[in-house]
Amino acid sequence: MDTGNKISRKGFINWLLGTSLGATVVAALYPVFRYVLPPEVAEAPTNRVLAGKLSELPPNSGKIFRFGAKPGILVRTQGGEVRAFSGICTHLNCTVQYRADFQHIWCACHNGHYDLQGKNIQGPPPRPLETYKVDIVGDDIYVTRGA
Amino acid sequence: MKLIEKLWQALDERYELQPLVDFAKQKAVPRHRHDWMYYFGGLTLFFFLIQVATGILLLLYYRPTAEAAFESVQFIMTRVPFGWLIRSIHSWSANLMIASAFIHMFTVYFAGAYVKPRELTWWTGVALLLLALGFGFSGYLLPWNELAFFATRVGTDMVSKVPFIGHWLLRVLRGGEDVTGATLTRFFGIHVAVLPMISTFLILLHLAFIQRQGMHEPQEEPKLPPRPFFPNFVLREFMVWLVGLALLAALAAFFPWELGKKADPFAPAPAGIKPEWYFLFMFETLKLLPAKVLGIEGEILGLAAFSVGGLFWFLAPLWDRKRVRGEKSLFALVVGWGVVLYIAAFTALSYLGVFQ
Ligand code: HEM
Ligand code: FES
Repeated sequence: MDTGNKISRKGFINWLLGTSLGATVVAALYPVFRYVLPPEVAEAPTNRVLAGKLSELPPNSGKIFRFGAKPGILVRTQGGEVRAFSGICTHLNCTVQYRADFQHIWCACHNGHYDLQGKNIQGPPPRPLETYKVDIVGDDIYVTRGA
Repeated sequence: MKLIEKLWQALDERYELQPLVDFAKQKAVPRHRHDWMYYFGGLTLFFFLIQVATGILLLLYYRPTAEAAFESVQFIMTRVPFGWLIRSIHSWSANLMIASAFIHMFTVYFAGAYVKPRELTWWTGVALLLLALGFGFSGYLLPWNELAFFATRVGTDMVSKVPFIGHWLLRVLRGGEDVTGATLTRFFGIHVAVLPMISTFLILLHLAFIQRQGMHEPQEEPKLPPRPFFPNFVLREFMVWLVGLALLAALAAFFPWELGKKADPFAPAPAGIKPEWYFLFMFETLKLLPAKVLGIEGEILGLAAFSVGGLFWFLAPLWDRKRVRGEKSLFALVVGWGVVLYIAAFTALSYLGVFQ
């Protein structure tokens, strides 16, 4: 009786069963795994929007506007200059706001401060806000994402 | 009485129930100076049962879409008879459940009950507390109000800091790049199906381990004769549940849970925004961290520290060699008090407005 041969035959069967079972599990789980991950929605990239009206944005004020699916922020400085930035705080994704009393941009979530160039000046935000280009046509404020 | 006896005999004859009764009769719980701690696990279970019952009731009217969620909760609160009460109980009981679970965990920790042979009881327990926090976090979004919306933006954004798979995790959690109606639907499914299923399974496992091994007894305590489980301990546990119920009823009725303003994805985060109290210590820590520490982004460092700390706590049964041998462990005591004081201090200071 060649027991060594017997064991290896048994081992071979076990290996076959094990790998088939493994493959079945993988075959069942892979679609689930892919299903859970949401499909990429091809969004027409918005590069230029009408963000607001000059007449509705007095000096020392700000306004959130829609830039595609994301919020942007328009700021009018004390001196009357209009600037636009991404409205999404670089810390943990809150939406920022203009604080007339500080005369700069502020994030309520963890007390983050940005100056009027969008630079992070105080609190936890690690990076400046993305800056957009502003064009004023008559009373209309257009914002363009820099290329 | 006769009828009940007959019924019992009929069942016993068919299913041999007498051994179960005998077993229940000899089940007992240790008695000592700190045996009050044995009631908190049961109290946590009580609040969980309340959550299941009130959660199912909320399901009758709640609608999980960005367009309808806020209005459906408003409908529950203003039009459905006792709707405000059911919702208030669900919200308050969630908080009491988490508080009770925290107390339970710390008493077990300080009693040293997590060491061999009870490692798995400790691990299922910590997992259950994390699941409870997951319930709280996912449930918080469901009314789709302003606070919940930004709390979820911040909370899910933290996930994106996980090395390598962070962005992938973020998309899985949010159901896309941003917090939208897709996120709400996902959180709803997690809240009412995934978490209840896993929690129920882990609770049964946790209880099975305890049943198998009996309660941990502190060694130094003078021994008193143990207390029979039926009916003595069970009746006492019911008294604790009654106190829990009274507290819950008072909170729910006198401080009805608020709804706030409907979420607007294109409004700035409101001033004074903060998460539920059980996340406050992490929230305030993240607020204190500067933008850069030694060239690394502050919040990444903070989140890494919380992960390592949590893992260390989870692994207590492995590093605590002294208590396994039945000795006192000064190190474990210092770690425990450190964690309790840190959480308590940051939570209290946050309420006092020190971090404003
Ligand atoms: C099987 C069990 C459960 C079901 C079916 C369920 C169902 C629901 C539903 C439908 C809502 C939305 C309605 C509303 O916002 O009031 C909700 C909210 C909520 N749930 Fe649950 N839930 C369950 C368990 C839990 C547990 C165990 C916890 C906590 C540890 C919890 C915590 C919350 C919280 C904090 C809210 C938000 C309350 C609010 O602001 O309205 N839930 N739940
Ligand atoms: S999200 Fe803006 S400061 Fe944290």
